[in-house]
Amino acid sequence: MADQPTALERFVQGILPENPVYRQLLGLCPTLAVTNGLKAALTMAGAVGFVLLCANIITSLIRNLLKPHLRIVIFTLTIATFVTIADRFLAAYMYQMSKTLGPYIPLIIVNCVIICRCEVCASKQSVVTAAGDAVGQGLGFGLALSSIAAIREILGTGMLLGFPVLPEVWPDWVIMVLPPGAFLTFGLLLGTVNWFSDMRQKKATRG
Amino acid sequence: MKTTVENQPGTGWMDRLKASNIAQAWLVLLLVIGFGSALAGVQLSLGPTIEANKANETLEQVPALVFGEELAQKMAAQEQVPDIEPRMVAVPKAGRQVSYPVFEVRYQGDLRGWVVKASGQGYADKIELLLGLSPQLDTITGLFVLDQKETPGLGNKVITPEWRGQFTAKNTRPALAVVKTGAKAANEIDAVTGATISSRSVTAIINTIISDLQPMLAGKQSSAATKGGNNG
Repeated sequence: MADQPTALERFVQGILPENPVYRQLLGLCPTLAVTNGLKAALTMAGAVGFVLLCANIITSLIRNLLKPHLRIVIFTLTIATFVTIADRFLAAYMYQMSKTLGPYIPLIIVNCVIICRCEVCASKQSVVTAAGDAVGQGLGFGLALSSIAAIREILGTGMLLGFPVLPEVWPDWVIMVLPPGAFLTFGLLLGTVNWFSDMRQKKATRG
Repeated sequence: MKTTVENQPGTGWMDRLKASNIAQAWLVLLLVIGFGSALAGVQLSLGPTIEANKANETLEQVPALVFGEELAQKMAAQEQVPDIEPRMVAVPKAGRQVSYPVFEVRYQGDLRGWVVKASGQGYADKIELLLGLSPQLDTITGLFVLDQKETPGLGNKVITPEWRGQFTAKNTRPALAVVKTGAKAANEIDAVTGATISSRSVTAIINTIISDLQPMLAGKQSSAATKGGNNG
């Protein structure tokens, strides 16, 4: 266990160095589908964070009882349970948002970020580490989603969270809130992230 | 059977049980029971709220669609609640029956208008809307889009108050028509720019509601009024 990262390391890594979207390229379905508005993106990130935390804690608690050939079944079962709870909760207390997100909340079940964290971290490490990992990865996922959503909402509608931020003369780039806008924004942001890390690496080797 | 077990230790019933698939999956089965009951609990506690949300979404729009946004807010503030009676109206149509959920809106016993829920094919998916009509079904008193999956930024502008507002106070005869820009005649509606099909779909749903229901509801005036009188 000595070579395994600690809770704090897991937490920090999840946010940027091992960001689930920009670094691991996981969970891209909601990243592309629900980022045409910041509010929807934040709700999605919150739901994923909740499921991630609960699934990681449960998996970590039962990690010594897991049999290798049955572990994926158990991960999926746990994730599906908490996704259903999140889905019902949204339908009861955020009805309009639940209608906007539509099928993408139930689809969190197949979000690979969560099953990846169960497999990589929670099924091997203590509850505290698993929880730290979940919070870090959840924040990283939320950061990625809201960065894409903010750019798309501002350029596509001139507004952010429903408040106007660009002057009236701004011609709304409708394509940004349409599906192609998701690919354009994500591609450009991903390129920027890679360019920055390349630069840093070069600097490090030169120094 | 019993003798075999005693003669061959290691293949006893305990060992066979341990090797069986069911026993290996004990954790899965246990979790299924635990998670299943947790979900049942969640559904039991949240289910009524979710059902109420669905019903309220329709119901809370009804007063504004008959009395107009301002008056409905004023009435709500003064706790003057209109009586809303939901019912189904079946319309015989080309050999089949089409049913419309209709809300009959009365205030102090007088029939003030109707709100009809209907849906039809839009550009992307079904559009579901609520249409407010005067008691004689001759004037549109309001329009609200409940559900649509039209193109974001284009077709989904049919939900904006600016676009929906065009329908308010329109006469239902002659039938409404969509024009691309600059509606002039009384029955003309401006299309959403770049979304003529979505605009036409909404207008077509409205025209169908009126032609289907006008003979049914406007004719029932006297009987409905008597019934309301008895209740009041």
